[in-house]
Amino acid sequence: MSLAHRIIPCLDTDGERVVKGVNFVALRDAGDPVALARRYNAEGADELVVLDIAASRDRRPTFLETIQKVAAELAIPLTAGGGIRTLDDARAVVRAGADKITVNTAAVLRPELISELSEEFGSQAVVLAIDAKWDGDFWRVMTTGGRVSTDLDTISWATKGAQLGAGEILLTSVDRDGTQSGFDVALTAAMSKQVMVPVIASGGARWPQHFAEIFCEGAADAALAASIFHDEIQSIRALKEFLADQKIQVRLPC
Amino acid sequence: MNISLLDYGAGNLPSVERALRRLGIETDRISTSAGVAKASALILPGVGHYGALIRALDRDGLRQSLVAAIEGGVPFLGICLGLQALFENSDEAPDLQGLEILSGSVRVLRGAVKLPHMGWDQLQVKAGSRLLEGIDSAAYFYFAHSYAVPYSGEERVLKTRATCSYGGEFVAVTETENIFAVQFHPEKSGATGERVLQNFLRNAA
Repeated sequence: MSLAHRIIPCLDTDGERVVKGVNFVALRDAGDPVALARRYNAEGADELVVLDIAASRDRRPTFLETIQKVAAELAIPLTAGGGIRTLDDARAVVRAGADKITVNTAAVLRPELISELSEEFGSQAVVLAIDAKWDGDFWRVMTTGGRVSTDLDTISWATKGAQLGAGEILLTSVDRDGTQSGFDVALTAAMSKQVMVPVIASGGARWPQHFAEIFCEGAADAALAASIFHDEIQSIRALKEFLADQKIQVRLPC
Repeated sequence: MNISLLDYGAGNLPSVERALRRLGIETDRISTSAGVAKASALILPGVGHYGALIRALDRDGLRQSLVAAIEGGVPFLGICLGLQALFENSDEAPDLQGLEILSGSVRVLRGAVKLPHMGWDQLQVKAGSRLLEGIDSAAYFYFAHSYAVPYSGEERVLKTRATCSYGGEFVAVTETENIFAVQFHPEKSGATGERVLQNFLRNAA
């Protein structure tokens, strides 16, 4: 017996509607977050992530309302993020019903934010989201929705983030995101080996075999995907049955 | 029936409220010792730092009334930190004193494992449990913690109904008379977790 590998659907929203892009651009509408949350909760998703990818100040109240409505549907953990820059931003998201908060760009700009959040909510509630892009000899940390390059190395940044109090790393491959060509196994394996907190792999999922790979070869603790679940290309139940057949430990819905 | 949730600012209190509401149960939030004294059934939710919980109980003068209610037979469910608070003390805040209703200490999870222990895990059932009644022994429960009460010591073993292993074996479900406590989060454990809450409600009625 050991911890089950988690399957996590992700709702990228513009605050109100679910949207989906390829390589972080070309957004299109992908549905109602509340209806999707209800479906994933029933289908056996292990957690749900809701991100505000627009993260504009004036849309913030709308996003908080979305979190509230989504939380009301769930009997599983809810992670929310996008545009969280301060302790107050995080408090609002937690009050709206999120169990965990993700931080990304704001943590790169001001790493102490991670410690502040961890001191207030506990490290189990702080997820450091990193968008990583292969740069020939290292994975470069990208910010601002994958558009802005930094000088940071992804693995070193994650290690520092965990030291500062992040309880989990949400690791997105910018190269793979939206391509449906499979998770970045090398990136995830390097991360899992180096960082002593759970790692959620994200970006590139299409086939059940991609999930088997990222759990076995990538040593991911959890795997996140969006459009294949939203568009009903892949059901969570069938995915978990496939993984269980491969002797990969998952929580099968009752 | 009405369930009182002890409100000391814990992040997961609204989640527990929502879970009970889905089961059609009325809840109220209490934050004073007078409120605790009047409660007919109590839930102590908790997530985050042990020190924050214990300090809040002492700051708001809730310690005595809570211990009196629990020892007086009021049905009580401790969740996560709410379980840990029942014991004597914790590695997480060594200077602080727990409620000391159960004997034993909360220790950091050790061994070659990633912390926190985060996600869905299974239990090893040790004895007949009222909280786990009707739940498949292979069921999964959602955990999110780095500290736990090791499964050792005669009294603890007697009261433990189920354990979980992560680094070492720790207390996942403990029950004795009116006192129930779980290290996992029933409010986040899907249909299985709802069943745990229902079982508590039935025993509290």
